[in-house]
Amino acid sequence: MTSVATRPQQPPAAEQKRSRQKIPARLLVAPSIIVLVLWMVVPLAMALWFAFQRYNLLLPDNREFVGFANFTYILTDPALWVSIGITLILVVSVLLITIGLGTALAVLFNQDFAGRGVARVLAISPFFVMPTVSALIWKNMLMHPVNGLFAQITRGLGLGAIDWFADFPLIAIIIIVSWQWLPFALLILLTAIQSLDTDQMEAARMDGANSVALFRFVVLPHLSRAIAVVAMIETIFFLAIFAEIFVTTGGGPGLATTNLAYYIYLKALLEFDVGGASAGSLIAVVLANIVAIFLMRSVARNLDT
Amino acid sequence: MASKSSHQWWITLLGWLVACLLFFPIFWMFITSFKTEVAAVATPPKLFFQPTLENYVAIQARASYFNFAWNSIVISLGATILSLLLAIPAAYAMSFFPTKRTKGTLLWMLSTKMLPSVGVLVPIYILARELGLLDTRIGLIIIYTLINLPIVVWMIYSFFKEVPKEILEADRMDGASTWQELRHVLLPLAMPGIASTALLSIILSWNEAFWSLNLATFNAAPLTAFIASFSSPQGLFWAKLSAASTLAIAPILIFGWVSQRQLVRGLTFGAVK
Repeated sequence: MTSVATRPQQPPAAEQKRSRQKIPARLLVAPSIIVLVLWMVVPLAMALWFAFQRYNLLLPDNREFVGFANFTYILTDPALWVSIGITLILVVSVLLITIGLGTALAVLFNQDFAGRGVARVLAISPFFVMPTVSALIWKNMLMHPVNGLFAQITRGLGLGAIDWFADFPLIAIIIIVSWQWLPFALLILLTAIQSLDTDQMEAARMDGANSVALFRFVVLPHLSRAIAVVAMIETIFFLAIFAEIFVTTGGGPGLATTNLAYYIYLKALLEFDVGGASAGSLIAVVLANIVAIFLMRSVARNLDT
Repeated sequence: MASKSSHQWWITLLGWLVACLLFFPIFWMFITSFKTEVAAVATPPKLFFQPTLENYVAIQARASYFNFAWNSIVISLGATILSLLLAIPAAYAMSFFPTKRTKGTLLWMLSTKMLPSVGVLVPIYILARELGLLDTRIGLIIIYTLINLPIVVWMIYSFFKEVPKEILEADRMDGASTWQELRHVLLPLAMPGIASTALLSIILSWNEAFWSLNLATFNAAPLTAFIASFSSPQGLFWAKLSAASTLAIAPILIFGWVSQRQLVRGLTFGAVK
């Protein structure tokens, strides 16, 4: 994009202060800031408040302050640790798949080939499919143990059918989420590759670099920031995967696909345990914040005001 | 570029193979929507069949389908308009009258995106219940506006930054007020950017499936929730599910195809352009 080239040269004269505009400028930003402060502070303060109470929506009169009891209860609940483990498995495996394949596909789609534009549009399409639709397509039409396409193909080859959601539920979820997010990684990394300086590539090739060396020492370093950004954004979304589980497995069988988001949902809206769910959600917030710090750093480095 | 032509054919093959594999589930859903329910579960699966529109007719006949579709439209447009109304003045102020705190403010706005939805599920659910916003369109509009606002501010800010300041300076010399400047000079110039920001906001709102599943049961339930209701009677209505899904994703798929370039900027908060 041309914007990269035009960005750095702001005329210094334009930076001078205009006192006439200062007050209205601040007023213009205020509404956005106020609503976002409310959005951040109010629910978090409430979660913190509820986390120290015994509060069940079915027994609202039994509400009382219980100190750290919810935290002790939640932290000693084996299901919480299972769900954190599943959350981490989900996040890490989908990250590896989408970024690994995404980088490879970005290199592929950066090549000039016949009908590349159409092929690229087809390849990024899954990202625009709503999560409930993609989960149901995969669950019913592809992975169904009797009539699903996969079962029909493997049975046709004499291999028997896999009951994905009974035998490999977590892998099934990983496949579905990867299918949705691989296009995202591809789209971002392809854009990053295309901003690579072709002169630099040519120069390296003149110096006798082969394709592997070219990828390793020119393309990959250039992509490193984009990969970091993709990883961080995906992590934020993957920590909160919900619809795909809600529609396909309902967290089961047993706890096999209950991630932290689904665990909190079970506590809150099925057991109506507001106190316990709030304590759990604070743990989720802490987890997400650890990731967020890294994301903010890599974005901040790029922000020139 | 001539050096590439020797291995051209297998790159073409590989590229198309990957594209078709990734697109296949959508394609399969699309053709299933034109099968009868019997043909949809046939063994072996049918690639060639007598197409029928009966599923689309059946879906339209369920009066509730229009409620869900209408909810999706109202909620995504409502949230998009509301977030643009909040974001355009803010982005205008921050890109043309930056202060020492502008960078910090932008980053702080972005950081609100990092709060996982599930972390505030309980308080928001209770607040919505107390305020009578549970299962209402306005409730979802408010939430989607807040979720998307940081991205919308961020994107418009980056588009405004590309408008040459000299144009505004000249206009201000002529005595234009802030409002006139915004209305007659800046908005027309930044219109393509604002349009693609609106598209991204519509796409994100349309596909949002955490709050819609948790806060809307029937009255305000958008298409995401409608589709999720197909998860229980599994195996019985594949063709109808496919028809409903096709209708639900078609507009967004087209929006996505049109605006893929600008989406990168919005989705990465300008870190990748």
